[in-house]
Formats: sequence, C-alpha cells, structure tokens
Amino acid sequence: MQTYNLTVNGERKKVPVDPSTPLLWVLRDDLKMTGTKYGCGIASCGACTVHLAGVATRSCVVPVSLVGDRPIVTIEGIGQDLVGRAVQEAWVSEDVVQCGYCQSGQIMGAVALLKGVPQPTDRNIEQSMGGNICRCGTYVRIRAAIKAASQQLHEGGTQ
Amino acid sequence: MTAVVDSPTLALSRRSFLRVSATTAGGLIVSLYFDFPSAAQEAGPGKAKVYPPDAFVHIRRDGRIVIQVNRLEFGQGVQTSLPMILADEMDADWSQVVAELAPAADEYKDPVFGIQMVGGSGSIAHSFQQYRELGARTRAILVAAAAQQWRVAPEQCRTESSVVHGPGGRSAKYSDLADAAAHIAVPETAPLKNPADFRLIGKKTRRLDSRPKCDGSLKFGLDLDLPGMKVAMVAHPPVFGASPKSVDDKAARSVPGVVDVFEIPMVKGRAVAVVADKFWTAKQARDRLQINWDFSAVEREDSSQLWEKYKTLAATPGNVAVTRGDEKALDGIASDNRIIAEYEFPYLAHTPMEPLNTTIRFDGDRAEVWAGSQFQTIDQAAIAEVLGLKPNQVTFHTEMAGGGFGRRAVPDSHVQREAASIAKRFAGTPVKLIWAREDDVQGGYYRPMFMHRVEIGVSADGTPLAWKHVIVGQSLTAGTPFAAFTIKNGVDETAVEGVVDTHYDIPNFHISAHHPEVNVPVLWFRSVGHTHTAYVMETLIDELATRAKMDPIAYRRKLLNPDAKKLHGALTLMEKESAAWRANLPHGHAVGIACHESFETGVACAVDVSIEGNRPKIHRVTIAVDPGLAVNPLTVESQFQAGVCFGVSQLMAKGAITLKDGYVQQNNFDTYTPPYIMDAPTAVDVHIVPSTEAPSGCGEPPVPVISPAVANALSRLTGKRYRSLPLVTV
Repeated sequence: MQTYNLTVNGERKKVPVDPSTPLLWVLRDDLKMTGTKYGCGIASCGACTVHLAGVATRSCVVPVSLVGDRPIVTIEGIGQDLVGRAVQEAWVSEDVVQCGYCQSGQIMGAVALLKGVPQPTDRNIEQSMGGNICRCGTYVRIRAAIKAASQQLHEGGTQ
Repeated sequence: MTAVVDSPTLALSRRSFLRVSATTAGGLIVSLYFDFPSAAQEAGPGKAKVYPPDAFVHIRRDGRIVIQVNRLEFGQGVQTSLPMILADEMDADWSQVVAELAPAADEYKDPVFGIQMVGGSGSIAHSFQQYRELGARTRAILVAAAAQQWRVAPEQCRTESSVVHGPGGRSAKYSDLADAAAHIAVPETAPLKNPADFRLIGKKTRRLDSRPKCDGSLKFGLDLDLPGMKVAMVAHPPVFGASPKSVDDKAARSVPGVVDVFEIPMVKGRAVAVVADKFWTAKQARDRLQINWDFSAVEREDSSQLWEKYKTLAATPGNVAVTRGDEKALDGIASDNRIIAEYEFPYLAHTPMEPLNTTIRFDGDRAEVWAGSQFQTIDQAAIAEVLGLKPNQVTFHTEMAGGGFGRRAVPDSHVQREAASIAKRFAGTPVKLIWAREDDVQGGYYRPMFMHRVEIGVSADGTPLAWKHVIVGQSLTAGTPFAAFTIKNGVDETAVEGVVDTHYDIPNFHISAHHPEVNVPVLWFRSVGHTHTAYVMETLIDELATRAKMDPIAYRRKLLNPDAKKLHGALTLMEKESAAWRANLPHGHAVGIACHESFETGVACAVDVSIEGNRPKIHRVTIAVDPGLAVNPLTVESQFQAGVCFGVSQLMAKGAITLKDGYVQQNNFDTYTPPYIMDAPTAVDVHIVPSTEAPSGCGEPPVPVISPAVANALSRLTGKRYRSLPLVTV
C-alpha cells in the first residue's frame, strides 16, 4: 500500500492504494468516479479512456504508480472543457447513445481527436477512434456527432 | 395483425383491472394489472405472488410525470418509446416525463409472454396496447376530476400538455388534479386517440437517457456502490461443468483486502469464489489461486471434431420441421441443375460492453438484488431458490444495462445463482459479483455452432423447384421451461426459424433438424435462429439469381409470395432509395442485396462493398424496413443503423469462439473481436415503410440481413461463395 497524490479534473486527491492497481480501478473503486468504464482490462476496447496530461489513455492498463504528476481528466470533468462540452452536446443532439456503456470512452477519444485534428476526415476518425468498441454499433452516429462538434467549434471560433 | 386505426376505442380486457390509490407522497398513481393466460405463466419456473401495487404513472405535485418502464433498457430505446406511448394517450407534457425501470413485480410482466422480460423483439409489439390503455385511463381520471370540480360534463373538457381545459376558459394542471383524481373510479373503457391525433407516437423523439450517458453520471449495474459492499469474482472451471479436485488458496488469501475464498456450486460443476474489498484485490487474489480441476466427468469438446460430427449428421435427414410437396422431387432433376451447399457457423459470444454482474444483499428473511436483467421473473425466482426464500421476499431492482443481446436472458440464471450462493455467506453485507471480460468470453452461453446442408433442384426458369435442407445444432431451449413452447416433433423452432417460415415460394420444400448434445452451454443471441438461417437463405437465393442471370431484386420479387407484403414493400422502397448510388458504383465496388422478415418486421437492404486488405469494406448500406407503425422513428433508424454493425460481427476475422480439448481458445477482445469503427458500414440510411399496422419488433430484425448482403457483394467481386463463417479472408 502506498499513497498517491493525483490531480483528477483539477482536484487534488490523496489515495492510499496498492501500486499495481490500474488507474481505472483507482477512479472507480477508490474515488467512486464510475463514469470511466471497465470493458476488457487489456486496452482492447477503449471504454476506460481518460486523458492523461491531455493524451487519450487506456486507464485499465496504467498502474497508478506510473501516473506521476500528470493531470487526469475523466468523463465527469471533460464538460468543463470547450471541446469536451461541444462533443457531449453533439452526442446528445445526434442521439448517439444506445446502451451507452462505451460512450464515456468514445467521447474522451473524440475530444482528443478534435483537439489534435479540428476538422477530421472519415479516415482520421477511423484512425483515432479505431480502438474503441461499441458493441451496439453506434458508429454511424459517432461519426456524425464528431463532425457536428467539429463544425460547431469551427463556427464558434470564427464568430 | 391488428390495424391500429380500426380500433380507436378498446374495451378493457376482462382479465385486467386498474387500481388507483393516493400515495403518501401525494399525487396519483395508476396501475394496470393483467391476469395472464395460464399457459404463459407456466413459462416461468416461479409463480410470484402479486406485489404491493407499484405504479405505472405517478403524477408528482411538481408537475413531473414518472412513468414506469416494464422492461430492461439496454440500448434498444424502450425507456423512451414506451413512455411516449403512454404520455401521448394521456396528453402529458413530454418535457416533464421521467422514465424509470420498474422492479420485478407481477404487474410488469410481458402481457404476451407472462413473465417480466425483454426478448423476441416484443417490448413495443407487446406493450403498445397496454401503454396506450394506461395513458387513456389516466387521462380519463384526470378529466373526470376536473369535470367534477367544475360541475361540467367530462365531454366538455379537452386535454393538452398536462392541462385539462374546460368550458369558459377554465383550466387545471394535471399536477393540481392528481389528489382529486385519486378518488375517482377508473372507467371500464377509455377512448383511445385516433392515430391522426398522435402527438408523440410516430414523431422522431430523442432518447431520455442520453445526457447522463454522455457525462458519466448514469449508474449501470456495475457502477453500483452500497455501504459496506464487497466485490466477488469467481474462478470458473476451464472446461464446462468441471469441478475443483483441490484448491490451494494460500497465496490468494494473502492479498490484502481479501475477505474469503470458498467453493460454490454452479448450474453444472463447481467453482471457487473470491470475496474482497475491491475489484482489483479480488482479481489479484483470483489470479493467485492454484486449482487442480477434475475433468473426469465432463466431455472435452473440440470444434474440429464437432464439425466432423455435424457433417455426418447433416448428411442424414433429421426430425421433420416442414415437409411440403414431393419428397422425391430432387431425384428427377439433372445433376447440372442441382446445387449442394454446406454452411458452417461457429459459436458466438454476445460480449455486451458492460461485463455481467449482479449485486445481492441477503438479510436472512429477505434479499435485495440489483441487476441488469432481461429475465427479472426468472432471475428473481432463481435467487430466491438459492437463498431459501420465496420470490416475493426478493426485492429485485432493474439496473440499466450496458448491452445484452440475449446474454442477460438466461433460463438457468447462472450468474444470479452464483451471486446468490456467494451473498448467502455474507448476511447483511451487499456483495457485487463481477465477471471479468475473460469470464464472459470463455464462460459459454454462446450462439450455438450450426451446420446447414442444402440441396436445391433448379427449374428451367431458374427458380428452385425442390429444396432439401438439414440443420444441425444444439437446441437452445431443451431442458428449459421454454421447451414446451418451442420444441415440436423434436425440432427446436429457434434453430429453424427463418427457413421453415420463408416467404419464398418453393413447391417441394423439406426441412429437418438434428440437435446434438454438446458440453457447451448455449443461449439465444440477438435475432436467434435468423443469425444463421437468413445467411443461408439469402446467399443461396442470390446464387440462384446469379445463375438465372437475373437482377437480385427482381429475382427475389418474383420468388416471394405475394402475401409477403412487408417484404415486398421493403424491397420496393429499398430499390427506390438505393437506385441512384447503385447506378453509380465506383470501380472495384459491388452491390449486395438481402431481404428477410423476422419478428414480423420486413427488412430489405443494399450494401456497397469493396475489398481492402483482404477484408470487406462496407461503404454504404441502404435499409428499408416495415415495422408496422413506427412509434419512435428515430429509435427505429438508430436500431437499424447500429444493428447492422452488430450483424457484421459474424463476418469479423476473429469473430468465432472455438474449442480445443475442452478449452475455449479465445479470452478477450484481442482474440474474439467485434467490429471497430473501420469494420462497420461508413454510412447507413434507413427508410421506413409508412404503415398503420400494429408495431412489430425492431431490436433484432436489423441483424440478419447485413452479413448475407455483404457476402453477396463479395461473391459478385470474387466469384467465390462464402459458406463458412467467420470470414477469415475474402
């Protein structure tokens, strides 16, 4: 057991936990932030995606001991961000979700994409979102929502 | 089929009655109870007593209208569309409607199946009338309350957006009438709206559960956190049905946070449970268990050996499912005019994104359960049995579930039985059982392996004159309470549906089935038999069209019975909507066509496919669907757009569960891989055939058509036939 100081969505958190614990389970079981989801535990589905120092990261395979002082942003905090909020709103207006379980990870992935590539092509979307599984298969609407968020941000930025 | 428009007023069934009561919190609650046909009741193992009245509608003083949904919501959208139906009939202000998933109770049982469940694409089909009547009666009570206050006749009042309007400009909000309405006798009948007056039904309506699913606030079953809760994981036998010979749990128990390690019974065999403070502790402890398994009493199945066995079986006729026309018709057809086709379909795992889980707190003479269940009635009874309680001593909360596709509708309730066996040892402490993804992929309850052998004799005009078809695969329902309804003459209809009821006119038609017993637990998988039967039928029909040098749409139209109105309508609409892009295909692309009716919904699709890196690239799908009246066209569109992606699963290179020496060879998404975004169609446009017929299912019908349509397109590109899934390479 070791104590880690984590910065999650801008807040400092002190967590005494086994160093091997993946960040995902620190968030879910210790910090009771369950918006980040467990889907596979091997970085194959993307349901657990968080931003670690701004980089979309599979939290299920990152031991808490390797987080260091990198700030963590989760689905619960992404709405504080301009791009994050635009993506969430696009997800709602495009009626993307079905079961919704993977969508935290999809949204975190989409925000990272739009921060790097503000106007992504279909190919960019496939490359960036290509590790996130939606078992319901909402991919067509995910594409539409990413493009809608991109457009909204673009128009917002030029006004 | 009932035409909706023909019945603006429906008498309340003699078997049903309403109960109205005032709640302590104030406001009106309305419940409609059904007395189910006894045959349907026998479908479930337990016959739970009627619970204290739970409400379908609760009009709160703040104006909110809380509507209970008698189904699990796991993506299919009924948490929005069932309240739409009720709210429309009661003229509720939609912006004030809140939907809740109802707990297990008699009044929430499916009016047709007689148990509380989601399956058979029946949520809207079976509860459309029920929710309309509930809404109409609620409205009638509110109108009566207003009319009484104003001393006018109810006929002089009208309703709109949660307000009753009376003569002389008087009006009253539903929330202000709720207390008075609670004392009004419920009318025997209440007029239903003329469909022309629907304000919500038939209108594209966004989901009620979107926002909390986009900001992380929605709690799924796995997210549940209760005071003092423990987490359990189970080391399942690596070969189905095996038991531990010996267990060394020293290392497991040494993990800080581990509470206990003990053996539990399974439906078949035994397993070892680990209970700990948190998931990661439980997982580490489970990984440290040293278990010697005893395989002596179980069959160690092997996929390649099973295929050999199935092939032998397929060469002989099975139990007769359908026999029509001359059984010897094939004999008179020259070998040049015969097609012999053998198809192989592997085991498939559902792998819903939210891993299986159940939380139970056992309190001695009561228990409380939280589970995303498609089978509340059955799971509640199973938990009660394990805990030595009666079903009505088990409070069962329906948790929002992250997908299911049939995996949460398990006749033997094995996950709930495991959870109950564990919780039983921790009276007063809530225990959450979590299945890791590996448990799920390796845990069985798969769509069965199937082999089809089809022999077709083709007539001079290119149509099939004789069709002999043998289907081999495990029965889904043998040994379950469902068998009485699904197995006839030794044939499980869930294995042959989609073939035996084909709408293609084939004069000499002989279908039979073998159901071998295999030591692999199997389960219905979204669209059930149609997952494989539609593939066989639609690829063969396409092959026949090619052979006859006919357009695949025209060929289907020619062969379809004129009475198959939903399929004809869907084909025509699909043909029209896809005409422009089908006429302008880029070089290297081909069109694939398929149509199929399942769950009384007719579907036709055209796909635009090319080959990229030895894989099909699905550029575009045009779908036409006749689901009767589309209650929420936005849900229908979404279900079809996404459901076709789900259907692509069985084309994935790693889209099979296989066994070797009794062991499942896949264990997670790296070895059993559902479609990612690049594997799914890039664009899917959905077109709904206008209809006033009663609504039919939309959850499952998207799945069957896509894989044969893609295979048909590939065949046009390569000249090859794709009779063995998964599609390892083109």
